[in-house]
Amino acid sequence: MISLENVSKEYAAGIPAVKNVNLQIDDGEFVFIVGNSGSGKSTLIKLLLKELEPTEGTVMVNDIELNKLKHKEIPKFRRDIGVVFQDFRLLKDRSIYENVAFAQRVIEKSPKRIKKRVPEMLKLVGLAEKYRSFPKELSGGEQQRVAVARALINEPRLLLADEPTGNLDSTNSWEIMRLLNAVNKKGTTVLVVTHNREIVKKMQKRVITMKKGVIVKDVPEGGVLGEN
Amino acid sequence: MRISTLVYLVRQGLKNIVRNKMFSLASVATMAACIFLFGCFFSVVVNFRYIVEKAEEGVAVTVFFDEGLTEARITQIGKLLSDRKEASEISYVSAEEAWDSYQKDYFGEDSRLAEGFRDDNPLANSDHYEVYLSDVSVQDSLVKYIQGIEGVRKVNYSSAVANTLSDINILIGYISVAVIVILLAVAVFLISNTVTIGISVRKEEIAIMKLIGATDYFVRSPFVIEGAIIGLVGSALPLIAVYYLYRSVVSFVLERFTILSLDFVSSKFIFSYLVPISLVIGLGVGLLGSFSTIRKHLNV
Repeated sequence: MISLENVSKEYAAGIPAVKNVNLQIDDGEFVFIVGNSGSGKSTLIKLLLKELEPTEGTVMVNDIELNKLKHKEIPKFRRDIGVVFQDFRLLKDRSIYENVAFAQRVIEKSPKRIKKRVPEMLKLVGLAEKYRSFPKELSGGEQQRVAVARALINEPRLLLADEPTGNLDSTNSWEIMRLLNAVNKKGTTVLVVTHNREIVKKMQKRVITMKKGVIVKDVPEGGVLGEN
Repeated sequence: MRISTLVYLVRQGLKNIVRNKMFSLASVATMAACIFLFGCFFSVVVNFRYIVEKAEEGVAVTVFFDEGLTEARITQIGKLLSDRKEASEISYVSAEEAWDSYQKDYFGEDSRLAEGFRDDNPLANSDHYEVYLSDVSVQDSLVKYIQGIEGVRKVNYSSAVANTLSDINILIGYISVAVIVILLAVAVFLISNTVTIGISVRKEEIAIMKLIGATDYFVRSPFVIEGAIIGLVGSALPLIAVYYLYRSVVSFVLERFTILSLDFVSSKFIFSYLVPISLVIGLGVGLLGSFSTIRKHLNV
């Protein structure tokens, strides 16, 4: 469960990036966060990952109150969260297999487990046969699928996707959304920040709209989105 | 920690070194120069100490008596001298023995040269004690004491050789410490630069690692290992060079300068100290270089 109570974040004194946000997202939900540039979407993601500290308010993720989390407890907390970025952030000097295995290696999983899990994840995202390829040999859509596999291999309770279709064409965008939907169906909470209104409309999920650091609209799953 | 994790971290450390070949090479070379000089100075200092100790063993104070002093008083003086803790050994040399020794030293086999003195010992009244010192630095206090003993005519002593050797030894020690400290500082600086570049090259990877949930030690370890490997390799390579150089120099000097009848400390003895000291210095400098950088640039 994600819960934000009266959360504000100011980068410079008097200029809030997020202002007095109150939000609750239950386990297993699929939620879109939409808004223009500078609306505070990315700041919100960083607050949820404890990359940033709120200036005010309380942030809870996976039943952990982040304000009280000690520095040495952060790695363990983040292992329960998968992250996908617009620019994929794959390691260019490593194969697809190594990119996915990387997520398991850094949390010190056994080689036996890595050998079992990586092919499973690559199969899930439809790239089992390209395990030897390097990122530059793949299309944007394929690279993003590798990033999704890397985000999911540690079986996180929450998946955060920051503009996952921002660099993709329509076909690839839909492929990624189908993948995220399938992950959500298996019980993972999914939070997607996006500009893509077409996808948001068609997916019929809960949509939170932000403007200038404030939540201006929260439309539940299947609700009418409206024009803005 | 799992063995597979350790292997992974060491491999990442090695990868860092290979990625920054030129900087790694410069760091290893500086470290190597430092340890090479350290090895050379160390060998020289140890040998000088050895020579000084040898020279000190031969330094003796000679105590002559007043003319006509009774045998009882001479024995008494001998007792007083042997009771002193500065004296490691004393021996009595009679006038006859002194003359015999003089003849041997200066006339050699040609006994005809001493014929004229057959019945007249020119060294009469030169019976004396030879007092060997436990440590050449206490010579002055012992001489002062002996000069105050009743019945003592004259005290001969000289520590010029030993003191000069000691002074040279101390000078070499100071110079070597100064040069090594400067080189160590350069080595720390270069290793720190190498690690900084490694961190900037891997910035993206480090960011992903942190987001995925890598612990601080997992993120930092490859850079610590990188510094340690540079330090160890940089200290091990010159040891091989110093080893062969030492053996060559010793055998060259022994062959060419047999007349000096020099004696050197064995390479086995020197390297039984030099190897562990150098490796510890190398490792220490490597760790210092990487730790200081990680603290500054790797905010995990």
